[in-house]
Amino acid sequence: MSGYFWQLVGISTALKVLLLPAHYSTDFEVHRNWLAITHSLPLDRWYVDATSEWTLDYPPFFAYFEWLLSQLAKYVDPAMLVVQNLKYASAETVYFQKISVIVMDMIYVLGVRSALAALGVVKSTQQHIAGCMLLLLNVGLIFVDHIHFQYNGFLFGLLLLSVSALLRQRYLLSAFSFAVLLNFKHIFLYMAPAFAVYLLKFYCLGKQRRQFVLSIAKLLAVGLTPFVLSFGPFWRQLPQLISRLFPFKRGLTHAYWAPNIWALYNTADKLAVVALKRTPPNAMSSTSSGLVQEVKHIVLPNITPGTTFVLTLLFMLPILLKLFLSKTKEQARLVFLRAVVLCACSSFMFGWHVHEKAILMCLIPLCLLAVVDRRDAKYAFILSVTGYFSLLPLLFEVDLLVPRYALYLAYMAMFYGQLERIYKATKLGLHLLECIYFLGFLTIPLYEHLFSRLFGVHQQLPFMPLLLTSLYSSLGVLYFFVRYYIYALDIAWPSWPSLTKRRAPQVKFSAAKRKRKTK
Amino acid sequence: MLSELAATAFLALSLRSIISLNAYSGYNKPPMFGDYEAQRHWQEVTVNLDAKSWYTNGTHNDLQYWGLDYPPLTAYHSYLVGLAAKTQNASFVSLHASRGIESKEHKSFMRLTVLTADLLIYLPAIWILSVAIDRTFQSNIKELLFLLLALYPGQMLIDNGHFQYNNISLGLAAVAIAAILCNKNYLAAFTFTLALNYKQMELYHALPFFSYLLGTTLSRKSFKSFAIELTAIASIVLTVFAILWLPWLHSIEAASQVLHRLFPLGRGVFEDKVANVWCSINVIFKLRKHFQNHQMALICLGTTLLTVLPTNIILFWRRSKPMFLLTLFNTSAAFFLFSFQVHEKSILLVALPAICLFQWWPNEMLWFLEVSVFSMIPLLKRDHLLIPSVAATVLFHLVFKCNYFKPNKEQMLENKLLNMTVAISEILMLSILVGSLAIKPSARYPDIWPLIISVVSCAHIFLFLVWGYVKQFMQCDRKLYNKIE
Repeated sequence: MSGYFWQLVGISTALKVLLLPAHYSTDFEVHRNWLAITHSLPLDRWYVDATSEWTLDYPPFFAYFEWLLSQLAKYVDPAMLVVQNLKYASAETVYFQKISVIVMDMIYVLGVRSALAALGVVKSTQQHIAGCMLLLLNVGLIFVDHIHFQYNGFLFGLLLLSVSALLRQRYLLSAFSFAVLLNFKHIFLYMAPAFAVYLLKFYCLGKQRRQFVLSIAKLLAVGLTPFVLSFGPFWRQLPQLISRLFPFKRGLTHAYWAPNIWALYNTADKLAVVALKRTPPNAMSSTSSGLVQEVKHIVLPNITPGTTFVLTLLFMLPILLKLFLSKTKEQARLVFLRAVVLCACSSFMFGWHVHEKAILMCLIPLCLLAVVDRRDAKYAFILSVTGYFSLLPLLFEVDLLVPRYALYLAYMAMFYGQLERIYKATKLGLHLLECIYFLGFLTIPLYEHLFSRLFGVHQQLPFMPLLLTSLYSSLGVLYFFVRYYIYALDIAWPSWPSLTKRRAPQVKFSAAKRKRKTK
Repeated sequence: MLSELAATAFLALSLRSIISLNAYSGYNKPPMFGDYEAQRHWQEVTVNLDAKSWYTNGTHNDLQYWGLDYPPLTAYHSYLVGLAAKTQNASFVSLHASRGIESKEHKSFMRLTVLTADLLIYLPAIWILSVAIDRTFQSNIKELLFLLLALYPGQMLIDNGHFQYNNISLGLAAVAIAAILCNKNYLAAFTFTLALNYKQMELYHALPFFSYLLGTTLSRKSFKSFAIELTAIASIVLTVFAILWLPWLHSIEAASQVLHRLFPLGRGVFEDKVANVWCSINVIFKLRKHFQNHQMALICLGTTLLTVLPTNIILFWRRSKPMFLLTLFNTSAAFFLFSFQVHEKSILLVALPAICLFQWWPNEMLWFLEVSVFSMIPLLKRDHLLIPSVAATVLFHLVFKCNYFKPNKEQMLENKLLNMTVAISEILMLSILVGSLAIKPSARYPDIWPLIISVVSCAHIFLFLVWGYVKQFMQCDRKLYNKIE
């Protein structure tokens, strides 16, 4: 069983190669356009050009990365590098871009290896095998990167590398790699508080004054270097660049509502309209029209970007405080990972214009937690069932329907099987209601593919399945958020006697280690 | 564990549906197209004409254009699928007008019918087979066997890529094998007759079933129980045949017309390059120049009988379940190598028993399965399935390596030799593959690469047949036989 890691890498690569002919989304054209922009235009036009509607809206490192890719692309098919060639998709272009995602995933592979090792998961144990399987064969990344088309794999690789550097107490390296990651895709900014608090507490504080100042300075120097390298060449047009990176005009929710609090909020608003029989002032701007438009709530108060920002921060605070109050580094390891998950989840729940893909930011770190602690595993499983399901609408092509359900079910069954293997004696302890909730997901495809057609309503209500998916998943995500938050916090509240029975997951970690040795 | 069983089944289904995304045989190749069009055409014919005229030439049924040449069960299946097609979109199967129809919607529909057969027949069947093997030999490998059977790339690539319904005939055969292993002889007779009536190529498997069942009934203590059992089996087989062939039994002429369609002697000893003996001999000795077609058919019959009879006679006298599986492997390999009108895809019939032998000779069988995919490379390449073929084979190989337990020390020495042979053979196959991609054949020998692939695969399969015979003779030795049992 020794070589299983690279064999799994091979298996996942083979699976990705098999997916080469799969239909891709507009994100493919987005990235093709970026290749063209970075290759054909001078630097100062990159963030200005608007030939295509898919303007460059990732930070400069990603643009440099596209430029590097374009240096190879010109040998494959120069036509894909012409800015005016909108929606250009020759076979060479498709294969080139898709293969580039597969190749870049090698960074993800390194990240997985390093993070599992840094967590102290011993090789060849069931934990390690499970961790490798959950991460290397991750169905969410397969959906989003290899079918839908994006480059999340290597970004999560950077994240995992940064996490593992932090767990290995190589703080400057961690800060540096995280800063690099931020300059590739700024959505990871939502996780920054967890990193910041951990580094502040365990790298800067608790020392003498001089050393404190010195460490802060070192941290800042290391953390800001990538920003200088990245944004430096664009210093003349920073406002333009920033407006591209943070487009607040896009509206509270995406066309397909990400399963978060705002999906519930929008629905509540709709229901209130019906209940109060208030006619909408402008029927065109209603939320279910399926277009990226600004949403106007009719009954409930409108939500501004500021509100979402404050709510997000507010819900990050408790876990950050908990992380800050952790006494030893050993204790803080798992708390840190949970804080990463919860920060990502807070932003997912309350953020402005959240994409459904952002749930991966919770799901990928949870894969790590799932293999070290039984209760984390339970919550990870709950969110996985929900979160990966909410990605299914990304793959809407008729030919992708069977693959999407089959891959999803295969991954979830594998997930459960691996957890069963790890935590043999102690069952996962899913509540009956949770199982019923899982089974409830069956009704959505049943409705979408069977009942809506039988009753002939699929023409009148084309967005109904999307709405159902979003709503039903948002319940699960909300449930996970609340339960997991309470679980992650309750450990160190000594003045709360009723909770003492369910204490001390950190001990679990070492217990898991011990169990492994005896095996 | 239930969850892992489900994971395997869904993984198998997802790989099949992903392979379905690729092109199919004969895509955009008028006027004849390929197997995809053949299957569709049968739906058209069976839905629009009455059963009597399915196999006969007529104004509405041009047998020159993909005339039905599979047994009645295939025809009935086509009829069912045709009915479904009609409700989906009547233009899919409208008589004459639907010829060569190619649309995205139609492709999705056709692919879905194969996936349905996979889900309803093939996957359950191979699960039954894995459980049966596991129970009979108490080997505790049912999950692994199921995984390998489900992920075997050859069947996926031909059924879901190239486009055929081998999953149905192979699934039925798998249930029949499982029934033999569980001593359910009547069930075996029943399902095998169904398999045979789906594809006549199942004849490759027929002899071992025949000799095993005959041997078992003959070994009964009393004449009475022998007679009862034999009559029961015979009547099961005959009844199934009678029911399935009912529309054509009203006259000898009609029945013989169906038979003639199933065994078209006129079509020559082989069509495309195929990895059997005749195609290989043909390289230096042009068979068609020296023999008439019917002479050739006789030669094929003779050599095939010569190679399959010994193994089946051994089975008849020394019946045991491992022996049955080994005979199945030998017989089908011999049929593939020597019989008349062999198609590349028929190697799938050898692959099924090969996976059943997995627990005794895992490395050998993995090697054989890879050879079997390699032998189909020319066909798969024509269908633009080369990349998925390589990826699926690599995936299969790695899944095997991931799961396979370490061999014990006794086997180490033997394994060392074997591993070296396998490595050499795999390097050879890989370099041929790379060569065929990198080097353009000269105008004089346009078919040089398919030919090389066929000859090399043929040599491999021939060696495997010899190996199978050696193992079988060794099994007759009581000591080794016990070790294996």
